[in-house]
Amino acid sequence: MNPIFNDIYAALPEVFVLTMAMVILLGDLFIQERYRFVTYVMAQVTLLGAAMITIATHTSAVGYAFNGLFVDDPLSDLLKLMTYLAVSVVLVYSRGYITARGMYRGEFYVLVLMAMLGMMVMISGQNLLTIYMGLELLSLCLYSLVALDRDNARATEAAMKYFVLGALASGMLLYGMSMLYGMSGSLDVSQISNAILNGSPDHAVLILGLVFVVAGIAFKFGAAPFQMWIPDVYHGAPTSMTLFVGSAPKLAAYAMTIRLLVQGLQNMVHDWQGMLIIMAVLSIIIGNITAIAQTNLKRMLAYSTISHVGFLLFGFFSGTLNGFIASMFYVASYVLMTLGGFGIILLLSRKGFEAENLDDLKGLNNRSPWYAFLMMLLMFSMAGVPPTIGFYAKFAVLQAALQAGYVWLTVFAVLLAVTGAFYYLRIVKLMYFDEAEDHHAIRTSPDMALVLGVNGLAMLVLGIFPQRLMELCAYAVLHSVQ
Amino acid sequence: MLNIQDIVFYILAAIVLFAGLRVITARNPVHAALYLVLAFFTAAGIWMLLEAEFLAIALVLVYVGAVMVLFLFVVMMLDINLDKLREGFWDYAPLAGFVGILMAAEMAMVLGSKHFGPERVPAPPVHSADYSNTAELGRLLYTDYVYPFELAAVVLLVAIVAAIALTMRRRKDSKYIDPAQQVRVKRNDRLKIVSMPAEKESVETPAESQGEQA
Repeated sequence: MNPIFNDIYAALPEVFVLTMAMVILLGDLFIQERYRFVTYVMAQVTLLGAAMITIATHTSAVGYAFNGLFVDDPLSDLLKLMTYLAVSVVLVYSRGYITARGMYRGEFYVLVLMAMLGMMVMISGQNLLTIYMGLELLSLCLYSLVALDRDNARATEAAMKYFVLGALASGMLLYGMSMLYGMSGSLDVSQISNAILNGSPDHAVLILGLVFVVAGIAFKFGAAPFQMWIPDVYHGAPTSMTLFVGSAPKLAAYAMTIRLLVQGLQNMVHDWQGMLIIMAVLSIIIGNITAIAQTNLKRMLAYSTISHVGFLLFGFFSGTLNGFIASMFYVASYVLMTLGGFGIILLLSRKGFEAENLDDLKGLNNRSPWYAFLMMLLMFSMAGVPPTIGFYAKFAVLQAALQAGYVWLTVFAVLLAVTGAFYYLRIVKLMYFDEAEDHHAIRTSPDMALVLGVNGLAMLVLGIFPQRLMELCAYAVLHSVQ
Repeated sequence: MLNIQDIVFYILAAIVLFAGLRVITARNPVHAALYLVLAFFTAAGIWMLLEAEFLAIALVLVYVGAVMVLFLFVVMMLDINLDKLREGFWDYAPLAGFVGILMAAEMAMVLGSKHFGPERVPAPPVHSADYSNTAELGRLLYTDYVYPFELAAVVLLVAIVAAIALTMRRRKDSKYIDPAQQVRVKRNDRLKIVSMPAEKESVETPAESQGEQA
């Protein structure tokens, strides 16, 4: 068989998603306004098809394609499946919201699918060039999605800030990559690792490159001190875009960190450990303390994201396989929690009304006990209250840090997690013990109600039975990272 | 002893540095854009020295020919209030200057000739005169690097889709007429023949006289 077919076979999910995005882009032009749901259905079919292809072509071996530019390992397969799921949920949740705000157009679906393609490329990137291309593809789509509500001045401002800071971060990442290339003579992640192992490159230059690479990664994650864009973008963007920006791209950022720091620069682990410790501690402090002062729900969740990223980095800086597995579990649970949290905000919003202040949640229990219960589960999970998945995720990363000998940092993180519980529990108090100010009936489509219910209950079910997901993460990491 | 190539390199490098500095210090944005054009031209010259002819020409064609001209148009069309942009510059100057100098010093320590000098980085092999840089580049792009090449195409497509999605508006008061509809029009859609009884006396009406003039 021609080698190019082997390459395409390995990258079949990407090829499929790209093809379908083109079909949707062109097909949408010929669809009348009242048949617009066809575009939505096609986007969902794309995700389902990609998932089926990924499962069907899955092997537990690590395969390379396109001259080592592309890697197909269990880690990439699992992360891609999680990405499809997250994007699919995003599409379900945001349909009503964007329809009410005049953004229900084919471009939304094309840009979301292209952004997902960028994430898939990042997840499967085994070369600095492909990782960077994937990152740019993802970022460009996200900038334009945030700005898609053109007449909304706040969204445009958020998009502008995101774009300028994102371009700066991409530049830093690229500069760091050029240093790594200059010293190791290769763009390939495993060859960089070999070059460092053989001790030929200069350590000082590598450190300089590493600093810039870590800065780029921290920006994409939103870890302090590169967290400035998160609150403004989360707050300013239309909520459906916030849902997307805040969820699936974190999976790709996790993959990028694994590829660059763990697979490429594993022999410099002592150098990047210190940087990640500073970032993790700062993120947890800034995230948890600042979130207390917020009155806007989206802004509060943005700061909560920063603190979650801090916890996630605990798994990374422990530098052990256990830590990476725990981090992956944390990313997966974070994505689920974020989807649910913003899903509730989308549910409470309606045409001409944005439910984004904490006061809008007042008395939710009287309006709808079921959704109040789901939100309570989500908040408990974010706070890390025991029977939920959030507790288990925090437990796993802190355990990894503890095993690596960071006792004081772990104690510190636990103390701040308790501080953070305040603002999550405040929401529970608002929902159950305050009088409702808003008495509009909550209307939703049946598919969103169903998915939101499953999403909320997953907090509890996965919290009680975390083994299956943990085993999957362990399987993926152990078979992919040596 | 400097040979001719070194002399050319130092002249070009000096011009690039000067032009780059002027890009950020010029008060007039049009001047800044023109200095950027100069920087691109001289950078293309340096690539010529490195025997990367195709890249040098592409830089001039794409950046100078297309991107910078477009950029100049935008700069000229926007009404940029420089005084407003410079507001608060001196408030932040001490901190920014401190961070900038710190970073520059750190980079100077690492990026000097100690790590990147001629003894560390070997000179590229000299090719014969019939060596085609363009052909080699094309071969690599379409074989080894076909995957990122395709991705670059996707990024461009996203740029097109996003630009249209963000800027195209269908105005309600637009006078635009669909050409297809225009072509398909039938005589009966436009012309209405009204049969009127013939009159005995022909009377000169203003409407008729207008029609004759037309």
